[in-house]
Amino acid sequence: MTSQSKIDKKTIQKIADLAQLALSPAEENLYAEQLSAILDYVAMLSEVNTEGVAPLVTATDMPFTMREDVVVKKLNPEDIVANSPDKSGNLFKVPPVL
Amino acid sequence: MSLENLTIKNIADKVQKGELKATAVVSESLKRAKNSQKDLNAFITICEAEAMEKAKAVDAAVAGGKKVGLLAGVPVALKDILLTKGVKTTVGSKILGNFIPPYSSTVTEKLEGAGAIIIGKTNLDEFAMGASNENSAFGNVKNPWDLSRVPGGSSGGTAAAVAAKITPAGIGTDTGGSIREPANFCGIVGLKPTYGRVSRYGVVAFASSLDQVGPMCATVEDAALMLEVIAGKDMNDSTSANVPTQAWSQNIPKDVKGMRIGLPKEYFVEGIEPEVEKNVRRSIDILKSAGATVVDISLPHTKYGIAVYYLIAPCEASANLSRYDGIRFGHRAKSVGDLSELYKRSRGEGFGPEPKRRIMLGTFALSSGYYDAYFQKACKVRRLIRQDFTEAFKKCDVIATPVTAGPAFKIGDKSNDPLAMYLNDIFTLTPSLAGIPGISLNCGYTKEGLPTGVQLLSNHFEEDKIIRAASVIEKNQTDVRKVPYGL
Repeated sequence: MTSQSKIDKKTIQKIADLAQLALSPAEENLYAEQLSAILDYVAMLSEVNTEGVAPLVTATDMPFTMREDVVVKKLNPEDIVANSPDKSGNLFKVPPVL
Repeated sequence: MSLENLTIKNIADKVQKGELKATAVVSESLKRAKNSQKDLNAFITICEAEAMEKAKAVDAAVAGGKKVGLLAGVPVALKDILLTKGVKTTVGSKILGNFIPPYSSTVTEKLEGAGAIIIGKTNLDEFAMGASNENSAFGNVKNPWDLSRVPGGSSGGTAAAVAAKITPAGIGTDTGGSIREPANFCGIVGLKPTYGRVSRYGVVAFASSLDQVGPMCATVEDAALMLEVIAGKDMNDSTSANVPTQAWSQNIPKDVKGMRIGLPKEYFVEGIEPEVEKNVRRSIDILKSAGATVVDISLPHTKYGIAVYYLIAPCEASANLSRYDGIRFGHRAKSVGDLSELYKRSRGEGFGPEPKRRIMLGTFALSSGYYDAYFQKACKVRRLIRQDFTEAFKKCDVIATPVTAGPAFKIGDKSNDPLAMYLNDIFTLTPSLAGIPGISLNCGYTKEGLPTGVQLLSNHFEEDKIIRAASVIEKNQTDVRKVPYGL
């Protein structure tokens, strides 16, 4: 992590591709500039000594609880597919994959 | 009929006794909601038909001699991030602009089970990402105290609706301050419970290690009562906490004898507007007069809070928002060639600027070669931030701070500078990283008449302490119950 982390347009295009997000050329320029500024700001974390500190990934120490895996019928298939922009019966329609 | 002086407890009691009809309360609330829209834009959807139908059912139950719930006939403004079966839920985004949920969130069900009537779905920053409500795809909400100012965000619609007395109660969600900051800007009470206290089943996810649902009300007692209704373990949310709930609104002590109030030096710094600090200090004096002692404390990693938050929240958001693929629900781009183009263009067209910015930032910070330097580093500093609070709570019971450095700002003032907007949240998002509960309440006004707020924080699952301290402040300041906005 260094300050002056300049994010160039090529990096933005690579990230947008990973995120499956179409950006306009104007958005690419804007995000290159804004992400660089944000990354410059967060670079301050490099001054914190975190040797031997375990990452904290959840805020409280509550254990995740388990439950019995029983089938509960709450939703109808028709209701689940009702919001799909393109469907055929109870199936989602997508463009050809292969 | 006036809703202005009715608390939710009053309404529910009167409805239960048959002294007040739920239909009368609800139709007044609906009228105010509709009349306010052109000025405030607090609602994305007003649920007129559904609300009247449910109100009639409550009245019929009362007439039939049945016992009705704790919130019988109480109009509620529900943030449009909580799913409502059969009623559009947009999350303030074009990508879910026409989404009709096939089921309701647990919180929606608990509210309705207690007899509450959902008046409408309130406006918010898109995917709850924002501190001003300027990021909504449905236009920004305006602050009822001054229509040229922001109501705060992201639960700005709920804050405006409660402040303008459209509904006596509302529900918001808080990831880095989205309940407490708008409550502060609009002069109401906002309670962010401990992480895990309230189920998130059916709440659209933004940053899953931080998101929490909570009440936004006119009074502390009302917020406590709402928490009673919505809190508790839910088998549909494995992150909900199996910790006993309490009747938080019952017998709230009238003093804070023996309570130790910690003042963190890192939260009383240059840059806080003098009027805000003066009002916050007045609240602290009230607590002292009511029996508390004040201790100076330090939360040394505070200055890293924003950097940690603006890595962790976007990382989690980029993962959560990957489900919007244009296939099962939500916006789908037209005339696409292959599947990859469908994903990319549906997302590019559906998401607004702030979600896109956070998806980009999060994807970058999680990408190969950067994961350790950004995401992991942020998670390590997060542990140090939580340790600060753990240490502090050995010396005090409640921490008192400002909510923001200043009152509500003008619409447009910070909207072109994301970093300036993010800096607004330092006092609320640092405690969120630690998962602790916080309440914000009005503690006075600026000379211009804008509300200012005080934030009270306690250790995990100790909501009773902040409710008690907030109630004492509220009861001992006689000048802060003004109504901002005539409808």
